[in-house]
Amino acid sequence: MPSIMGSSQVSAETSKRVTVLRQVVSRMTTPLLPDDYLHLINPLWTARELRGKIVEVIPETDDAATLVIKPGWGWRFDFQAGQYAGIGVSLDGKWHWRSYSISSVPPSEGRDARHIAITVKAMPEGFMSAHLVRGLEPGTIVRLALPQGDFVLPDPPPEKILFWTGGSGITPVMAMLRTMNRRGVVPDVVHVHSAPSRDEVIFRDELHALAERHPSLQLVENADDVDGRLDVQGLTKLVPDWKDRQAWVCGPGPMLDAASQHWERAGLAKALHLERFSAALTASAEGGHVVFEESGKEADLDGATTLLEAGEAAGIQMPFGCRMGICHTCIVPLKKGLVKDLRNGAEYTENQGIQTCVTAAAGDCVIEI
Amino acid sequence: MAISDITEFAHLTEADVEALGRELDEIRRDIEEVRGAEDAAYIRNVISWQRRLMVAARVTLFASAFPPAWVAGTTMLAAGKILENMEIGHNIMHGQFDWMNDPEIHSGTWEWDTTCPAEQWKHSHNFLHHTFTNVIGKDNDVGYGILRVTRDQKWHPVNLGQPIYNAMLALLFEWGVALHDLDIESIRKGRKDPKEMKRQLKGIWRKIRKQVAKDYLIFPALAGPSWATTLSANATANIIRNLWSYMIIFCGHFPDGAEKFTEEQLEDESKAEWYLRQLYGSANFEGSRFLHIMSGSLGYQIEHHLFPDLPCNRYPEIAERIVALCEKYNLTYTTGPLYKQYGQTLRTIMRLTLPNRGSDTTPEPPRPTKRPTREELASYRGPLPPQAAVA
Repeated sequence: MPSIMGSSQVSAETSKRVTVLRQVVSRMTTPLLPDDYLHLINPLWTARELRGKIVEVIPETDDAATLVIKPGWGWRFDFQAGQYAGIGVSLDGKWHWRSYSISSVPPSEGRDARHIAITVKAMPEGFMSAHLVRGLEPGTIVRLALPQGDFVLPDPPPEKILFWTGGSGITPVMAMLRTMNRRGVVPDVVHVHSAPSRDEVIFRDELHALAERHPSLQLVENADDVDGRLDVQGLTKLVPDWKDRQAWVCGPGPMLDAASQHWERAGLAKALHLERFSAALTASAEGGHVVFEESGKEADLDGATTLLEAGEAAGIQMPFGCRMGICHTCIVPLKKGLVKDLRNGAEYTENQGIQTCVTAAAGDCVIEI
Repeated sequence: MAISDITEFAHLTEADVEALGRELDEIRRDIEEVRGAEDAAYIRNVISWQRRLMVAARVTLFASAFPPAWVAGTTMLAAGKILENMEIGHNIMHGQFDWMNDPEIHSGTWEWDTTCPAEQWKHSHNFLHHTFTNVIGKDNDVGYGILRVTRDQKWHPVNLGQPIYNAMLALLFEWGVALHDLDIESIRKGRKDPKEMKRQLKGIWRKIRKQVAKDYLIFPALAGPSWATTLSANATANIIRNLWSYMIIFCGHFPDGAEKFTEEQLEDESKAEWYLRQLYGSANFEGSRFLHIMSGSLGYQIEHHLFPDLPCNRYPEIAERIVALCEKYNLTYTTGPLYKQYGQTLRTIMRLTLPNRGSDTTPEPPRPTKRPTREELASYRGPLPPQAAVA
């Protein structure tokens, strides 16, 4: 059953049957779902919250590793190379979420074990990334969110492509290169990749092997410690025909900002595809611009106004109860950004439910109400 | 009139009350700081055991034609439902485990194994009862709209039937809870918005249909030849759960020493005064760890009312600190064995069947007509503890 449910080749017929079966059995398990009982036998036997099991942790460089994950029921393998998935890990009893590009290839019919891989680089201040790279044992159960994102190649891919990647920004492009390689169709690609040093180039051997195998794939490696930092001017010198190419750029924030400005000035914004992978957490900022998504209202808030007060001032029917943080009636999902609990300074980030009566914006955020 | 005008607190100055409030805030902060893997493991463990118990109960009941299997299955099913409603559902719906950031164990998504929809429970219980605790006219849990549980509620001839209403409520507690948020009194007085009432009734109906189908249709049908014994086992388990949860919940605010309040006492109430009202309006009972888990940690009613959204497994350690604070500030910490607490509750309900009589030996402490001075209080209480006096 699990293999049927997790498969991309599930016929509509089978998945319909599974749905009906689950509905029938849930009449017996109400108010719970059958999944709530089954995952006690095997943690992957639930589609309620997507789960995955860490199968293998492959070290890539000193501070980067690839996590091979076996997804449980409800996962869909019909993602595209370049998309990212959410991964949730329980640390001291609390689930923390991050998004990472999937570096493995979407499996085609009849091949590849039912696994996905994400590649993570430990960031100096990132407790989550460090934990993912060094703290996960095979067998650990993680939570997953289905792949999404529009940093993907069209089908068929354009004839001339520029990939510009920096650091761990290589991961989504790696998935694209692997997909091209497997299909045996590699168009005219120039791939410029920067890393602090040669040792820190993730997938270095594989990148070189691919470039050797496919003459139409040209790899330019830039090690900052030897070659100096590569800026957008340097890039255009390296790739004189950049204007003729569709570009996919993924890397640190400043690199993306520079690329975005450069392509815009050239009037070629449409040829540029960006992927920002660094979370915009501005913990020090107090107050910010808050968007109440479903009501279509916005407000600029200081760090002392609760989101409940702000929502009500904007004329939104906010759920509320005690207005003192004890009854949890006022919880709404935080979609983006960071809020602070005014009582204790605790921070809440995206995908968490927040008590609006005691929280205020710490930077720009989007609330689902 | 504020909460601090009650005799029990008259020896506290405003500064004492604020200091007490700060100490309670500190307890909250301390627990928030340490809660983590241990607390997450606790609730997951209880959930896991409860689900195993349910599966074992349902499977055993397939053989319920065999009397020992009926007894074992019914016991497990009742225990499973009690655990689910009390230690798991009630506490999760309070948001005690929301910090885990797990949508499967979250106040926003939890639905419990009773006929009462979670959404309506969270309104009548988390908001109305926990915010306006024991305020007559505001908190519908004072007598649940059908019982007279304090002399401050006006007597009506209809109260003569109390012993019967009480027994019915105990037996059918689940159904009483399901209808609770409708607020029968406001319907009777014609104050209820008909649209809201329709919405609530729809929610209750949907929940009832599923619950009844499961216990009284699907499982008996699956049991085939044992259908009748399965049906009787399920009904019995539901009734055991009703009686038990009724008794535990009635021990929270109706034993002697748990004060009721008036709406005037709510005016300008500070957070510290709110704490005092929770402390003075609630009653604990004593017992083993097992008894506390089977009671949804409501033996720690005082701690639960002070910190309704801190993890229930922390209540025993919080209780130690509350007892120490009560000693420091010379406050009564109401507790006793379960039989005594329920005995007092039952006696009060029976007595209040009849109107108040002047010569009556009152089941509740009398209200002061005049606020005694600090000195007067100190003279019969003994000197005030220095910390409280200085603060």
